[in-house]
Amino acid sequence: MFASDIAILLPEIILSVFAMAGLIAAVYTSKDGMAPALVWITAALLALMGIYIGLTGEGTQVAFDGMFINDGFARFAKVVILLSAAAILLIGKDFMQRDDLLRFEYPVLIVLATVGMMVMVSSGNLMTLYMGLELQSLSLYVVAAMRRDSVRSTEAGLKYFVLGALSSGILLYGASLTYGFAGTADFAGIVAALEGGASLGLIFGLAFMVAGLAFKVSAAPFHMWTPDVYEGSPTPVTAFFATAPKMAAMALLARLAHDAFGSVVGDWQQIVALLAVLSMFLGAIAAIGQTDIKRLMAYSSISHMGFALMGLAAGTEQGVSAMLIYMAIYVTMNVGTFAFILSMQKDGRHITNISSLNAFSTKEPIKAMALLVLMFSLAGVPPMVGFFGKYAVLLAAVDAGLNLVAILGVVASVIGAFYYLRIVYFMYFGEEREGIDGKMSPLAYAGLMAAAAIMLLGVFNLFGVDGLAEAAAATLVR
Amino acid sequence: MQDNLLSIVTFLPLVAALFALIPDGKSESGKKNAKYLALAATIATFVISLFILVEFDASNPGFQLQEEGEWMLGLTYRVGVDGISVLFVMLTTFLMPLVIWSCWEVEHRVKEYMIALLVLESLMIGVFVALDLVLFYLFFEAGLIPMFLIIGIWGGKNRIYAAFKFFLYTFLGSVLMLVAMIAMYVDAGTTDIPTLLTHQFSSDTISILGWHVVGGLQTILWIAFFASFAVKMPMWPVHTWLPDAHVQAPTAGSVVLAAILLKMGGYGFLRFSLPMFPVASDLMGEFVMWLSVIAIIYTSLVAMVQEDMKKLIAYSSVAHMGYVTMGIFAANQQGIDGAIFQMISHGFVSGALFLCVGVIYDRMHTREIDAYGGLVNRMPAYALVFMLFTMANVGLPGTSGFVGEFLTLMGVFQVNTWIAVFAATGVILSAAYALWLYRRVVFGDLIKESLKSITDMTPRERMIFAPLIVMTLLLGVYPSLALDVIGPSVENLVHHYDLAVGQTLSDTAIAASH
Repeated sequence: MFASDIAILLPEIILSVFAMAGLIAAVYTSKDGMAPALVWITAALLALMGIYIGLTGEGTQVAFDGMFINDGFARFAKVVILLSAAAILLIGKDFMQRDDLLRFEYPVLIVLATVGMMVMVSSGNLMTLYMGLELQSLSLYVVAAMRRDSVRSTEAGLKYFVLGALSSGILLYGASLTYGFAGTADFAGIVAALEGGASLGLIFGLAFMVAGLAFKVSAAPFHMWTPDVYEGSPTPVTAFFATAPKMAAMALLARLAHDAFGSVVGDWQQIVALLAVLSMFLGAIAAIGQTDIKRLMAYSSISHMGFALMGLAAGTEQGVSAMLIYMAIYVTMNVGTFAFILSMQKDGRHITNISSLNAFSTKEPIKAMALLVLMFSLAGVPPMVGFFGKYAVLLAAVDAGLNLVAILGVVASVIGAFYYLRIVYFMYFGEEREGIDGKMSPLAYAGLMAAAAIMLLGVFNLFGVDGLAEAAAATLVR
Repeated sequence: MQDNLLSIVTFLPLVAALFALIPDGKSESGKKNAKYLALAATIATFVISLFILVEFDASNPGFQLQEEGEWMLGLTYRVGVDGISVLFVMLTTFLMPLVIWSCWEVEHRVKEYMIALLVLESLMIGVFVALDLVLFYLFFEAGLIPMFLIIGIWGGKNRIYAAFKFFLYTFLGSVLMLVAMIAMYVDAGTTDIPTLLTHQFSSDTISILGWHVVGGLQTILWIAFFASFAVKMPMWPVHTWLPDAHVQAPTAGSVVLAAILLKMGGYGFLRFSLPMFPVASDLMGEFVMWLSVIAIIYTSLVAMVQEDMKKLIAYSSVAHMGYVTMGIFAANQQGIDGAIFQMISHGFVSGALFLCVGVIYDRMHTREIDAYGGLVNRMPAYALVFMLFTMANVGLPGTSGFVGEFLTLMGVFQVNTWIAVFAATGVILSAAYALWLYRRVVFGDLIKESLKSITDMTPRERMIFAPLIVMTLLLGVYPSLALDVIGPSVENLVHHYDLAVGQTLSDTAIAASH
């Protein structure tokens, strides 16, 4: 029994052991000198684990009496998390090196955060849920403050820590209420306790837990930390924040909603729909005035989380599958966009002002075109793949009768289109003025190009992601 | 090739656009290569598209040359043409080589210009051949991207405002259509247009927030589609993006916009609004016709006081599109025949008019009407060409402009005499502004110093106008050429429409008698 449980957790165990080994090896040898090599090895291992999880594992396997669930849904989320973490490590490597930030702790912390996320998406019990979440969050607090001598970075780290701790507290409070009223922390047990309707205490517990998780996905009105933390953290860390943890938190929310509270969809549907509408509008409107591209991407991610939540709000299998498709596309777009943002510099200094993109298309037509594709994809304009993500969630929402949410969503997407167009405007219509150099490290260049190509070529069949997402959603929603 | 003729025509320009990425856009030879490549590709597309006309059986009202393939998210790739769409495809492939050739003198970022135009051609053809809702939406929306860039990069002084206004206006219109399309999918269980054409959407009165919506689901879906197509068309009062976009766009952009992009709105009404929501169309028909009449009279008056030539022609386009919407919602054979004919004819005529403005703009770099006068003295050939298209714009019998206006007025007269009467005043008003424009620009003495050395049209420019002149006159004296193709499909459409509306009316009558 124990051996089979261990076998199910094998990828997580391998990664944890690797993190410890990497830590010890680096401490006892050349310390930061081996960091570049460690980044490569870590990225390779993460990608390898992603491929391994993607190719193996069938059906639903449960370990430790339901504490840990390895089903198709978890596997889908894990593949996205692992591959994006690997990609972010690679595209950010040169940035970190140039800025003298590449300490050996960085890849180690990223691995630990990733393990936390993997536990989150596989959790079958409130305890596992919390453990995964905290492992992830604690690692992220530290990487946010990586640039120790910068006030902004430390401020970002502190802000993230305080607000993150608050949200963890709220979540924990909800979890304890749920445990108290259900008499068990197992998701399966909670479902059983919900038979014949939810008691008031359970609904309170649910609402607090959703609020706590909304912090983690930075859904409005729990989004306040996002712009500051995005702006203050070193850009590779920002890129990481925008991708893998979002996927993990969203998947966790879906798991909690369907595995533990799947029988009372009506009770959480309204909360999630409200979060979705608020996030879509706040993200779209607040981003208009931004001049810093990292802040802009922060609001953009809030808006995108709104759309993903709209899929979840549908409360159906189709909704979960739409959410997974949306998140996979969102993560890919962000990897590409941040690959570009990482390389925005002039005379060796980093620039994050949008107006520095002035007339970029005359200087670097190919890179400009790639970013153009990504911007239109983020705006959800067909034929870019970003449109199909929007289409999937809208379809799920309308099918579930959330017509008003869908209509508000598309209106928000028009407002949001404005600021993506502004970036295109600077690149293409701007007068020639001093702007960024346009130099990119080969890794970042590859990331940008690959993401742009995926956004264009996905129009043929989405690379089959839709089929995989449907299969994954089917294992979660029964 | 016969099996996927439509796909070849649709995607050939796109493939050419990929090849156009290769030459070096900064060198002289690279620029030349890009232009020749674009011209060759558009001509090849036109030649291949002629096979569509050969294969097309005009007596068959159904969809022809259909192709089907697997796509994603439960959607299918499905294309085909019927009598309503086939001529729009031909119009597009016919005009694009002329458009490309007309920008032979452009020097600024030529390579990108050619790529944008080629991509745009693919997307425009795609709109007319798509037989799947989402595929249609994809082409419909994607066309905004190249047009946004064309206006924004190669446009005039105020191009940025115009580009943003164009994009956001049309984007807002069409996202509501997207939600409606999704609602249709949920209701009918398919996105296949031929199947949806036979699906009956509920028209039972429903109540939303205390409001009783007559026509129910049909009315709501109809309004969402209307939002999109009315903006695209453009109809009064949501036409304001068009004058801005036209004035700021480069010549080629204006031609494409006026000649083809505007037609997507009318095509959308004919493909979706009328056949899929007949009851709602019947309810709203009168309203749309009155809006059209307002558009015809109001924009004609506005056109009269314009000082910018392009703006004047832009307003005249809005007026002419008024005839189209009026004819469509008259919902009888003459009205719809006339509307389609008017769209095709307007494609040639307004395209040519914008090219006429382009000819003198290239020489003088101004579009102010006051900056010209007496051009006939130095540019007799130009004066002749400009006069021909001015007359066609006015709707002189013998030109294609007459047939469309006459048929739509005839169609509307059968439905509502007053609307026809008011709309007919538009014919007089259009003569007023068009002839006045012509007089101010072409006639009079050549007194302006700057015009003394202006040269007449080059052989290239004459060659560009030749096919347009031929088509305008040919359709003017022999309209059956187009009407025979349009006829059977429209007859089928009107038949189904009357059946559906009659059915509902008798249902209500039965319900009332109980």
